[in-house]
Amino acid sequence: MIAEKQILSRTRKFGKVCEILDRYSNDSAKLIPILQAVQEEYRYLPEEVLTFVATSLNLSPARVYGVATFYSHFALEPKGKYVIRVCDGTACHVKGSMSLAEVVMEKLNLDEKRRTTPDMLFTLETVSCLGACGLAPVMVINDEVHGQMTPEKTGTLIDQIIEMEKSYARNN
Amino acid sequence: MQETINLESVAAQYKESLKYNDFRIVICAGTGCMANGSEKVRNAFLNYIRESGLHVKVELKPEENHKGIFLSESGCQGFCQMGPLVTIEPLGLLYVKVRPEDVKEIVDRTIKENKAVERLLYEDPSSGEKCKGIGDIPFYTRQSRFVLKQCGHINPEDINEYISIGGYAAARKAFTTLSPEDICKEILASGLRGRGGGGFPTGRKWDLTRIQQEKKKYVICNGDEGDPGAFMDRSVMEGNPHSVIEGIMIASRAIGADEAYVYVRAEYPLAVKRIRRAVEDAENAGILGDDVFASGKSLRVHVMEGAGAFVCGEETALIASIEGKRGMPSPKPPFPAQSGLWEKPTVINNVETLATVPLIIKMGAGEFRKIGNAKSPGTKTFALTGHVRNTGLIEVPFGTTLREIVYNIGGGVTNNDGTLAEDGFKSVQIGGPSGGCLTEEHLDLPLDFDSLTGIGAMIGSGGLVVMNRQTCMVKIARFFMQFTQNESCGKCVLCREGTKQMLALLDDIIEGRATVETLELLEKLALAVKKGSLCGLGKTAPNPVLSTMKHFRKEYTEHVVSKWCSTKNCKSLVAPEINPELCKGCTVCTKKCPVGAISGERKMPHKINVSICIKCGACAQACKLNAITGV
Repeated sequence: MIAEKQILSRTRKFGKVCEILDRYSNDSAKLIPILQAVQEEYRYLPEEVLTFVATSLNLSPARVYGVATFYSHFALEPKGKYVIRVCDGTACHVKGSMSLAEVVMEKLNLDEKRRTTPDMLFTLETVSCLGACGLAPVMVINDEVHGQMTPEKTGTLIDQIIEMEKSYARNN
Repeated sequence: MQETINLESVAAQYKESLKYNDFRIVICAGTGCMANGSEKVRNAFLNYIRESGLHVKVELKPEENHKGIFLSESGCQGFCQMGPLVTIEPLGLLYVKVRPEDVKEIVDRTIKENKAVERLLYEDPSSGEKCKGIGDIPFYTRQSRFVLKQCGHINPEDINEYISIGGYAAARKAFTTLSPEDICKEILASGLRGRGGGGFPTGRKWDLTRIQQEKKKYVICNGDEGDPGAFMDRSVMEGNPHSVIEGIMIASRAIGADEAYVYVRAEYPLAVKRIRRAVEDAENAGILGDDVFASGKSLRVHVMEGAGAFVCGEETALIASIEGKRGMPSPKPPFPAQSGLWEKPTVINNVETLATVPLIIKMGAGEFRKIGNAKSPGTKTFALTGHVRNTGLIEVPFGTTLREIVYNIGGGVTNNDGTLAEDGFKSVQIGGPSGGCLTEEHLDLPLDFDSLTGIGAMIGSGGLVVMNRQTCMVKIARFFMQFTQNESCGKCVLCREGTKQMLALLDDIIEGRATVETLELLEKLALAVKKGSLCGLGKTAPNPVLSTMKHFRKEYTEHVVSKWCSTKNCKSLVAPEINPELCKGCTVCTKKCPVGAISGERKMPHKINVSICIKCGACAQACKLNAITGV
């Protein structure tokens, strides 16, 4: 009886995850699309969800964790509201993409280890190629692509977001 | 029973509805143009045309038979730097860098009065003349667009338009009149080689899978394209997704597969969306499904998003990833042709290869062989990027020289500030992290699979990064090493540890800790990693290092012996310099220099000989005018 209750409350807690698992018919071969869908829901992969997915798919948690850590697309830590992805593909690199990342780090007080601001507003990532090389250097903020960037433009862009967030906070 | 689609009547109907358009405005909706705001331009057109009282159509409906303006979107037109691009048909006008504010003038002048808006036309920088359309722009006229021909013209989200230009006729031929053996023979005869990097003959790969006795077989389309600096697969998937689906259909028929996967990079959301839409539309049209072209054969195509792992470009790793595992490669044999996805015979082809297949079936192997050169027939798309005036996506026949690409299509090498550099060419990095660097002496080498392997480079997926004289080759080598080191799956010791140590050695060179022995060690280690790794990632990881060491040895030596980076990219190795504008020729520094590296006449700006200089900094300390920097 207690076990049943526990299962019920767990299922309720992971309602969205259950829906996703159902959509992929609990098929362990679909682990990657399942994790992608879960990540879309939570914006990252919380540990307890990973364990829940493993149990539901009849896989060892190590196997699921192994997959989640292997692919760069999966995040095990929560990300900020604005994910800034600076492209460091060859084309962007030779056109100075790293100076864009430096501006972001300096402005937001981030470093190699600390990639998310404490207020959970920004996360900085460098990605290997976004495939918009014709516009190098490129950075993407959430889904918006910004091409032919300069350090100055990057700084302005971040200031604008901070300003927008401040006025949003004031008005609410 | 599935109804068989009549391609001819769909095409005729589509062409009929096209007749009712006075104009067609095509707005580039490739990733590059979208980033530059092409969506806003499209909306501005839609609003202004409506406001003007003209009839605008965004979708062609067969029953709609009154005249109007057809507004459609296309995939990447290649000329990314000039985006957003807008084409006006039937006038053949191509407007570049169009902003929403320009829309009114375009409609008023071009649509209403049939006149071109001169200021929005591309100006050829060499002649200063305005180019009317793609027929006059050197960037386009020097290319031969074959696989990309329809990208940028047709609406990628309209299956009827693809059918109207002869689409799916090759798939129908493959399913109804050709035997699997015929198809394999035709592809083999065409000499088509895999465009993903290796250049393995496609026909042979298919035939090896065809002869397997298993009932269940798979086709996988590799759209993972992880090479930094390459985006041709993305453009094909975004610009002409049906050509990829048709290629998959022909491959499936050739080997006897009834299930196929398209593995697309998750970083390419637009490509994912368009491929998914293409599969759905093909299913709804009765092209894909249980009874393909009434042949009794079925085919299901699944779309799967990759999760960001470069090593998944490796066939066996890609298979592991589709099976829901870590994308680790496994030793071959068995080859995927024998035991691939879920241990069934599997063919894996790259996007560009598959998009070429329908064209070969349509034109015949003989005709196809007339393009390109004997051992590498056909064309190759390249992503032309870096320090070159016209960056973008290009397509040329195999055998085209680098000089043609860099100077005539690319419009020449640029300085870091974007201005044209007359004598600025230093190198071209080709083939991404698996490739190598080409130099001035290779400018006239015909580019094809074999000519490049001969000099330690490879076509790879086709990334071409042009670099000017201000680029440090050691740093470029380090950049690629960092990439492969990050992307190594960690299975082989030599790849996992070797690339890490190579990176550390490169850091030593860049930061001034290295000696001549470092170079020897680096070379030795590079060869060991090449030899001792299981998959293509490890085997080719040392290529950028080895090829730069070969062609730019002097630069490496300069870094380790003179502790000097002539391009001034390595911050630890900046050489001292005297600013001639500040130097008054007081000779104080000459007297302070312990090794006599500074020379010059009194009252004239002095010079430092960097090969003698020991960078003690005494000169800079002594200079009261702060004319000496870099120590």
